[in-house]
Amino acid sequence: MTMLTGAAVTGGANGPAAVDRNAGKRKKRWFAEVGWRHLVGLLGVLFSLFPLVFVVSAALNPLGTLSSTELVPTGGVSLENFGNLFAHTGFADWFLNSLLIAGGAAFASVFLSALAAYAFSRMRFQGRRVGLLSLLLIQMFPQFLAIVAIFLIFGTITDLWPAIGFNTPWGLMLLYLGGALGVNTWLMKGFFDTLPRELDESATVDGASHAQVFFRIMLPLVAPILAVTGLLAFINTINEFLMASVFLTDTDAKTLAVGMRGMLQGGERNTNFGIFAAGTLLTAIPTVLVFQFLQRYIVSGLTSGAVKG
Amino acid sequence: MSTPLSGPGPAQQAPGRGPVRTGSPRTSRTARNHAPITAAGLAAKVILLGLVAGIAIWAAFPLVAAEKWVGLAVLVLTTAALFYLYLGRRHVPAKYLIPGTLFLIAFQVVPVLYTASTAFTNFGDGHRGSKDDAIVAIQSSSVKQVPGSTQYPLSVATKGDPATGALVFLITKPGTDTVSVGDAGGLRPLDPGAATVGPGGKVTAADGYTVLNFGQASARSKDITDLVVPTAGGALRSSGLSRAYEGKAVRAYEAGCDCVKDSDSGKTWTADGEVGAFVAADGERLAQGWKVNVGLSNFTRVLTDERISGPFLATLIWNFAFAIGSTGGTFILGMLIALALHSPRMRGTNLYRMLLILPYAMPSFAMLLVWRDMFNTDFGLINNLFGLSVDWFGQDWSARAAVILVQLWLGYPYMFLVATGALQAIPRELTEATSVDGASRWQSFRAVTLPLLLVALSPLLISSFAFNFNNFNAIYLTTEGAPFPADNPSNGATDLLITYTYRLAFGGQAAQFGFAAAISLFIFAIVAVVSAVSFRRTRQQEEVYA
Repeated sequence: MTMLTGAAVTGGANGPAAVDRNAGKRKKRWFAEVGWRHLVGLLGVLFSLFPLVFVVSAALNPLGTLSSTELVPTGGVSLENFGNLFAHTGFADWFLNSLLIAGGAAFASVFLSALAAYAFSRMRFQGRRVGLLSLLLIQMFPQFLAIVAIFLIFGTITDLWPAIGFNTPWGLMLLYLGGALGVNTWLMKGFFDTLPRELDESATVDGASHAQVFFRIMLPLVAPILAVTGLLAFINTINEFLMASVFLTDTDAKTLAVGMRGMLQGGERNTNFGIFAAGTLLTAIPTVLVFQFLQRYIVSGLTSGAVKG
Repeated sequence: MSTPLSGPGPAQQAPGRGPVRTGSPRTSRTARNHAPITAAGLAAKVILLGLVAGIAIWAAFPLVAAEKWVGLAVLVLTTAALFYLYLGRRHVPAKYLIPGTLFLIAFQVVPVLYTASTAFTNFGDGHRGSKDDAIVAIQSSSVKQVPGSTQYPLSVATKGDPATGALVFLITKPGTDTVSVGDAGGLRPLDPGAATVGPGGKVTAADGYTVLNFGQASARSKDITDLVVPTAGGALRSSGLSRAYEGKAVRAYEAGCDCVKDSDSGKTWTADGEVGAFVAADGERLAQGWKVNVGLSNFTRVLTDERISGPFLATLIWNFAFAIGSTGGTFILGMLIALALHSPRMRGTNLYRMLLILPYAMPSFAMLLVWRDMFNTDFGLINNLFGLSVDWFGQDWSARAAVILVQLWLGYPYMFLVATGALQAIPRELTEATSVDGASRWQSFRAVTLPLLLVALSPLLISSFAFNFNNFNAIYLTTEGAPFPADNPSNGATDLLITYTYRLAFGGQAAQFGFAAAISLFIFAIVAVVSAVSFRRTRQQEEVYA
């Protein structure tokens, strides 16, 4: 029923020849109604896919260099790059570090902001409005703008408690948790607001404590949305580069983003490209799979969060 | 530190046992507070509070050892407050808000305030510590080996990892077994018997220290050369990896004139409290200065210093163009495709959708690097495919177009997803009604669909703008700010304010933390104003915190 470019085509519908006038007309109508949509979709898919095809081709390229990689592999196919990836780089370490940091930070940050969002959504207390507004304000000051101060603060922390200082996953994870409330609380509050209040009120009447209402009624109801928020937080954390690069300088402590960028630095840029592409594919597989699986929730989750704030 | 909360647990109380609401909100709150305590809830509470206590004790020891009493007081008060909060029955909202808030304060609010205070200082390389630190550094770095300097057998050791830990010197007084340990803070004797001295007087082992072997030491020879241990008569420095000498400081501070004198050349440098450095009559500054408050000069520098203000303004304009271009471009492209696929007669939309959102699911840091190499002049895919040899990142406009194109690719699937979601939420009757009324598709799009889409998506557009305004990765992982004008290596044509700030602070040249912090505050002000104005204009605010 909707709109756009097709309109012009319908306007000019005059059959070409008398014989297949009807057939031609139908074709044009089909194009005006449906065909152009496929055309747009196909163009979009092409745009989306060509860099990915290039990555796959680079990963399978037996020469492994950027200069020898074509869009479609012509010089044979091999899995050598994948072998080299594990043999010559810290990829396995980086992958585990990334999973640990991003997984831990995503889980904890979703949990922390769910707690806060529950209080903001269901309780009325002094300072609620001020709290919500200051979260909005703090969120506008992205954590990494304070990177200089963070660097200096963590210098002291490293001296006092090396276990949570530079070059440890825990220090970086704690740092990421600092940004948790600012980013997710508003979104989560939106989800909690959509749940009818009668649910928790009746539970309270039945004698449930506030904690029981939260853990046994609210959390299970928003679980799919929590999963989506957690997934997005996970992906954002995996992709975070700035703070991780300042924090992690030891080879075994690096995350994927820091380590894989190092692969393409300086003189290695051309020769390591195949290995790098192989690493990219391995990094992408888990997220792509989960993404396809949760796609539907993502659509509804983001927009309902957006509309409700 | 951890995340205590009052306990979850199975509902074990009989239904109906809880007091019935009597209408007034006050009674209902008391009723809530007095819900029965469950065993599981209690257990969770005990375990979590025990964890808090354990972490607090673990954290306290280094604080005591380092004599950081303020830090210890904060730790004790925080822990006590947590116990008070979670053992009591009152302050229910606080129980939910405190865990996240603690992290927020420790790792976001404090750094932000620290940034704000740094912005008013000249903090950076050469201006790190106090004036006394600067004097010690000046004196000890001027230490020279003079005839008759005492020589010591030297071992290098560390308390931490041999490859990264802070180094100390272990030296033996010639002819005796007295071992001393020295670092930048000075020289202290070790307890007799705490160290083993090998033949030749070299220390081979010491309690609590790892003595570096030759390989480890030579890997850190630069750190060893840089380590200067101040002593009463001058300072200790290494000479090679196994000898140290006690030399004399050529430059000395004189309190009378508040200046530093060089006894070789007789030149003097007088302290200047305004700039935090010792300055000679001919204007020469000593490299080691100290941190002073410089008031607003970091902020006014941006506006008045011509070498900075011109490029800064250009960077600011490009920063807006980039944020608007990326947000607008991804939104328009994403919306067009969403509109095209949004039709009851369309088949295969799921397949399209699956393929279209792939860029969003890929790790963006890696794809940015892939795009960077696709734009490579000599062997990049883009030049190969079209038979060109354009140096994409070498010219201002092609580099800018390239980074926006990359952002478009990375960002449009997200806009496509949310636009699809919003389109499905628009009641079909609305658009059908317009077509019954004889509106063309374009009219119905302009009058009905687009406004509704914008209402639903404007908060996302605003946050997307704020994100792109500070999209560090998009620039740093592709062009790194290039191309740079020949006369200005500190901001390039594609630099955003955030990459510019990063270069000021960590860019290899002398770090200017104070100035970088001032720019951070500028960025914050800009993003805050833009977001506040647009939130107000879309009137989402009332709805949001209703």
